[in-house]
Amino acid sequence: MAQEIAPPTPNQMDPGTPLAADAPQLGVAARIAKFPPLVLTSLTFIFLVLFVFVAAPLLAPYHYTTQDLLNRLKPPAFLGGPAQYIFGTDELGRDILSRLMYGIRFSMFVAILATIIGAVLGSFLGFVASHLRGWVEESIMTLVDVQASLPFMVIALAVLAFFSNSFILFIAVLGINGWENYARLTRGMVLQAMGHGYAVAVRSLGMTPLRLYARHILPNIASALIVQFTLNFPQTILLETSLSFLGLGIQPPLTSLGQMLGAGRAHLLLAWWIALFPGFTIVLITLSISIIGDWLRDRLDPTLR
Amino acid sequence: MKLIAIKIFRAGITIWLVVTIAFLILRLSGDPLESLVGDDASQQVVEYYRQKYGFDRPLYHQYLSYFANVLSGDLGVTLQEERNALEVVLEAIPRTLELGFLSLALSLIIGIPLGIVAALHRNKLIDRFTMSFAVLGFSVPNFFLGILLILLFSLWLRLLPSSGTGTFYHLIMPAITLGTSSAGSIARFARSSMLDVLNKSYMRTAAAKGVPRFRRFAWHALPNAAIPIVTIIGFRLGDLVAGSIVTETVFAWPGVGRLLVNAVQTRDLAVVQTILLMVGATMTLANLMVDIAYGWIDPRIRTSADADRK
Repeated sequence: MAQEIAPPTPNQMDPGTPLAADAPQLGVAARIAKFPPLVLTSLTFIFLVLFVFVAAPLLAPYHYTTQDLLNRLKPPAFLGGPAQYIFGTDELGRDILSRLMYGIRFSMFVAILATIIGAVLGSFLGFVASHLRGWVEESIMTLVDVQASLPFMVIALAVLAFFSNSFILFIAVLGINGWENYARLTRGMVLQAMGHGYAVAVRSLGMTPLRLYARHILPNIASALIVQFTLNFPQTILLETSLSFLGLGIQPPLTSLGQMLGAGRAHLLLAWWIALFPGFTIVLITLSISIIGDWLRDRLDPTLR
Repeated sequence: MKLIAIKIFRAGITIWLVVTIAFLILRLSGDPLESLVGDDASQQVVEYYRQKYGFDRPLYHQYLSYFANVLSGDLGVTLQEERNALEVVLEAIPRTLELGFLSLALSLIIGIPLGIVAALHRNKLIDRFTMSFAVLGFSVPNFFLGILLILLFSLWLRLLPSSGTGTFYHLIMPAITLGTSSAGSIARFARSSMLDVLNKSYMRTAAAKGVPRFRRFAWHALPNAAIPIVTIIGFRLGDLVAGSIVTETVFAWPGVGRLLVNAVQTRDLAVVQTILLMVGATMTLANLMVDIAYGWIDPRIRTSADADRK
């Protein structure tokens, strides 16, 4: 692997940075080896989580609803519990490891989907605001201000209370969280980009606005949007796990990391492992993504600091 | 002055939007009569209630009277005790404020010195250590930190009560739980704002003319670095409100947050609505105050604050 020369990628995210242009062409493995160790650890962990997210049904020794009523509240195998339940069992004798894997699967699924919804919605509205200007821009930016000034959790709880909870509504609510950051960012950067030479040039050549935005401006602002994505993603995970923890998010028999933690709260004294394993998983996921996000921000977008 | 007028106008619009959103989700969530009268209610009964609550009138009419009710403090009655929802919420507020103020104070007392120390030892071991601590602080979710504390101090060490209220000891763990994430982000923010100031030319001038190190930091750098820190407190308020929902539930602290969660679980819409409106109004006013305070502390803002929106 190390001898392979990476193809000279035309670094689409940010053609202006000297990083790709100046650095000598290194092999992929050599490049990855140059990452800071903490970032490398975080990346490894996130890949592991993504692997579990994809392959949970294959990896999990049991289904997340399989009960073993003779083996309830058993401690993890390394603390003297039965050998077939590595992380112990919960109050219905369900395997914690399997539930953890499925919990990762559901939590990640919800968080990824919701973050994408927020990113697409926000960026789109940002483009609309900067294209149409006038009262449309004013209204969108007022909405941005409104959302930014209110703790979203309260709105989310209100919506979930008024409409009865459903999986689709839950994802939609989580998706609305955070759109305002993308909208503000996109609008600001599009307005800035429109003043740059390349945008002026392409526009005076008669390119349609849609093509100009999609082909020229979007690739230029994508790096900042990706950084925003990594900032937003842990927040979405935290919102999902908080709501599920409160019993207002993902409903049983489905499971998620927050829901497991909330359910494990009742058995804290007898079986701390029910709550602690999903809890530490949440911490490690959000921590890893924050570390990667910080690092990406420093690399991709020095102006954001 | 003109700027303050614009800000007040914006705040007014925000509050109006919140009320409208509350009205809309209240109406969109289904026929209010369905939950009020049973499925087998006769047509007459339905008509009676329809007229009594004004659901027979056009929507804009309902909207206006809803608005009037909100302004006069009539936000409906609670499901359980048929009490005025506003009253029930107001009763819970002091508890939440108690917890909120203590944890905010805690996070400032811990966060600001940590950030400053980190900035003064930039890229040294102390900096790395405090910043890792800060990142960890706001990566650990409230509910998990609360559970860890309960497990450690209540169940294993048996030092502190795990839930409820009454003595100062009951307040310790909730305040730590709520304050930790704020402390982390305040530390990070204080560090970067201190670093910004340390790189300014007037700091170099001060060093060049021989101002002692401590005086340089305390007299030249700190006042300038304090300005952005004031705004972060405004931002943290929203997180404190959101965090108190979870924290109060974990520790069974009888504040607004736990009231909200209970109300959502029992679908007590009057209470949910009241809290939504109240949080909306409070947050908007708080942001307005932070904005005004910001301009007052830093005269430069008064003349150039609107530039970033253009």
